Amino acid sequence: MDKMPAWADAVLVPLISILLAALLSALVILAIGESPLDALTLMIEGALMRSSGWGYTLYYTTNFIFTGLCVAVAFHARMFNIGGEGQAMIGGLGVALVCLFIPFPHWSVALLVATLAAAVFGALWALIPAYLQAKRGSHIVITTIMFNFIAAAVLNYVLVNLLRPTGAMDPATATFPAATHLPTFQDMFATPDNPLFRGAPANVTFFLAVLACVAFWLVMWRTRLGYEIRAFGHSESAAKYAGISPVRITVVAMLMSGGLAGMMALNTTMGEAERLVLNATEGAGFIGIAVALMGRSHPVGIFLAALLFGFLYQGGAELALWTSIPRELITVIQALVILFTGALDNMVRMPLERVFLALRKGA
Amino acid sequence: MTLMTKFLGTGAALALTAGAALADPALIYDLGGKFDKSFNEAAFMGAEEYAAETGGSYKDIELQSEAQREQALRRFAEAGFNPVVTTGFSMSSPISSVAADYPDTKFVTIDGYVDPSEHPNVLSILFSEHEGSYLTGVLAALASDTGTVGFIGGMDIPLIRKFACGYAQGVLATNPDATVISNMTGTTPAAWNDPVKGTELASAQISQGADVIFAAAGGTGIGVLQAAADADILSVGVDSNQNHLHPGKVLTSMLKRVDVAVRESMAQGADLETGVMMLGLAENGVGYALDDNNADLITAEMKSAVDAAREQIIAGEVTVHDYSSDDSCPALSF
Repeated sequence: MDKMPAWADAVLVPLISILLAALLSALVILAIGESPLDALTLMIEGALMRSSGWGYTLYYTTNFIFTGLCVAVAFHARMFNIGGEGQAMIGGLGVALVCLFIPFPHWSVALLVATLAAAVFGALWALIPAYLQAKRGSHIVITTIMFNFIAAAVLNYVLVNLLRPTGAMDPATATFPAATHLPTFQDMFATPDNPLFRGAPANVTFFLAVLACVAFWLVMWRTRLGYEIRAFGHSESAAKYAGISPVRITVVAMLMSGGLAGMMALNTTMGEAERLVLNATEGAGFIGIAVALMGRSHPVGIFLAALLFGFLYQGGAELALWTSIPRELITVIQALVILFTGALDNMVRMPLERVFLALRKGA
Repeated sequence: MTLMTKFLGTGAALALTAGAALADPALIYDLGGKFDKSFNEAAFMGAEEYAAETGGSYKDIELQSEAQREQALRRFAEAGFNPVVTTGFSMSSPISSVAADYPDTKFVTIDGYVDPSEHPNVLSILFSEHEGSYLTGVLAALASDTGTVGFIGGMDIPLIRKFACGYAQGVLATNPDATVISNMTGTTPAAWNDPVKGTELASAQISQGADVIFAAAGGTGIGVLQAAADADILSVGVDSNQNHLHPGKVLTSMLKRVDVAVRESMAQGADLETGVMMLGLAENGVGYALDDNNADLITAEMKSAVDAAREQIIAGEVTVHDYSSDDSCPALSF
């Protein structure tokens, strides 16, 4: 037995990584002459101590759950899908088309159809890189990155030339009809004498994201398809020997991945902006990589990691509002967390493993 | 669950009482950022002038994401900042959805438009960019030897076409045989900050014979002005006075007094008069820049011609067509 216990791998390693990142961030904040302790208090107060702060935290969390799951599916098949950003953009296009051109009677129907549209559009955008990988061996990292740029250009063309209302300055669609507006947390939980989640963008898609986590677990660990994906990820040659088709698994895993990324657009486009704007994804597709890495590609871990990044985003907004810490530095703090939890994972893991092994030998 | 709700509710109540004492103004910059050498920076300068003149203080924020637009508006309003001044047309739709929740807070949208009958606590400040551009067009036509002048816009939106259209009208009114070449840098917000492309477009226009080029393109314009100075022809700056960037090479700048708009809105404080304010030549909201750097370029005849045009527009004898009024331009096709 040369492994440390599972709880240490799943809990201790990320926790220490976050602490290290926080420590380094504190030094950076100290270096520009602000108090790190005040900054932390402000972040916690702004993101977790008020219901509207939670509303924003959970709004960002919803985005990151979807993109985290997107990256995780591909990870299980040992593929690196960097195209979540582009797949979410195209997913947003699907949502916008459905919301603008189908007269829905009620938001629940609209949500159902829009979810389908978002998933199909996102999945189709992932299909071409998947096909190229499966049949032609073009590396998925390269093709998905390139497809992000193509998606941005397509979206730009469609918004500027086709969907923009005449005379409008913004490259954005018209506002969706009222029947497609999703209930926000404020609509669901606020009472007249207790105005919870006031003005916050968190909406019903958060529950959809939680459902997606559950479905992800069921599919990955309780179905034959999930087993095949994981087997393929562990060893392609063994999977082949067992009769699993690499082409099929590559394509199916990427379709699932793209579909999940596309569904992120429900939250930003249908839930928050209620129209499709050019900049709807805002890098959530890339944050998804960090979320999936940190969450060990497991839905529970992804949920927690998404919550952490949601907190960082909302806390960062509070810092920008009430301190003179420039917004570039807030990006630096977010990047440090990504660096430590994602890229420098082994820096914490290996010494920790050694400590545990030494302890075991001593015992 | 109930314990959680109670806990969150108390937190909200605490946050509300904590900030209620303030009555300072707040300023929200658009995604371009505070120091863009152009539009947002002009707003920052205005706020600094307010602080220096009144000894007051103000709060500002650079946005990071789309979702923060509404968030920043709400948080400033909840904390008691008044008025909340915003720059850029993208802020007008978030203001429309927030304004009704904070009837005691005054919101200002510069370059944006919010219907005053729906939201009585919003001031929309618009500029007659077409009138100011007309004047620079008059100067460009008089300064040009080749009879060909250029226009380089940033992002291709109606607002920038409004600049181009006013400019072309000024040129053609002064020299009916002149040719106006017009190019837009792009169709995305990236077009506001692409000086390399600006240089390329300027070089292309120079090779077509243009010897005065007007850049209404934010940070992209820096490249246009540089290319013009390198080729020893004249350029026209925009928004802020950019004459000093290349002394003797920048014919003039089309001034858009965003700084004055910000300063005045902040100075009026909570008593700010709302509605729609159109700042044109008469209000000195737009104009052309004349200082030591371009004094030698503007001859006495040019000055009297452009000042005459200014008087005529103010008096209503000359009407400059506004592109955004009907999405068309009689003097220029896009």
